[in-house]
Amino acid sequence: MKATVTVMLKNGVLDPQGEAVRRALGSLGFEGVEGVRQGKVIELDLSSLDRAAAETEVRAMCEKLLANTVIESYRIEIA
Amino acid sequence: MKAAVVVFPGSNCDRDLAVALRNAGADVTMAWHKDAALPAGTDLVAVPGGFSFGDYLRCGAIAAQSPIGAAVQAHARRGGYVLGVCNGFQVLTEMGLLPGALMRNAGLKFICRTAALRVATSDSAFTGSFEQGQLVRFPVAHHDGNYFADPETLARLRGEDRIAFTYADPLNGSVEDIAGVLSSNRRVLGLMPHPERAADPGHGGTDGQALFRGVVEQFAVV
Repeated sequence: MKATVTVMLKNGVLDPQGEAVRRALGSLGFEGVEGVRQGKVIELDLSSLDRAAAETEVRAMCEKLLANTVIESYRIEIA
Repeated sequence: MKAAVVVFPGSNCDRDLAVALRNAGADVTMAWHKDAALPAGTDLVAVPGGFSFGDYLRCGAIAAQSPIGAAVQAHARRGGYVLGVCNGFQVLTEMGLLPGALMRNAGLKFICRTAALRVATSDSAFTGSFEQGQLVRFPVAHHDGNYFADPETLARLRGEDRIAFTYADPLNGSVEDIAGVLSSNRRVLGLMPHPERAADPGHGGTDGQALFRGVVEQFAVV
């Protein structure tokens, strides 16, 4: 089973890297990019066959290590 | 007074921190990240700067979960003193011992220079040897020193007089120019600038000595 965790800065937290990417896109001539937020994607290969148990486990991983919930939010997809 | 300096793979300034503490009169032992316990009788844990675990995932995130990390958290919960410098500050926020988080510098550049700081409170063992409002000069060397805390947390920090140091001029985008904060019991201090790099005349400045002297003398009094 594969879990994909997407970690993003929370809304309201300024993202200096996203802002730099937005400006770079503008200087390359790409118009109309009003905002860029940069995050990270973490893929996990899990031995679990139980989807619900896997989701609970991955949520615990996010809370403990994968995301810093002071500044980041996370989304889990299990496939 | 017994101090333990924690060493992670990728730590630097750990020996500088040990020298500064020794010169202030502390008995210093180094503690390896795989150790499950601190040296017996540790009064102060110092978490050094550097790039622990290569700054992988987030600065300080993996160090915070290391075996010695649990011992440092237990030490703080017992009311023990903890000092985190630079990456050490990031580790302490990741452990939840200090509020807020350190994000990428607003200008995206690694900043390596001496910065003027204002001592925002003299009400702690670490800052008691300074005058409130005093200007001091400590080197800074970081890429992720942009302090963030939500408005409620900031209001609490201000209300409880827990902002320890601020940058005299905006440096890295930190909210309210915060350079260092204290825990609610005032025994845990995290700061991005390096007092241990301003603790010997050979460093070009000795403003940092008072910080180490303050915390070591705390134990001489008791």
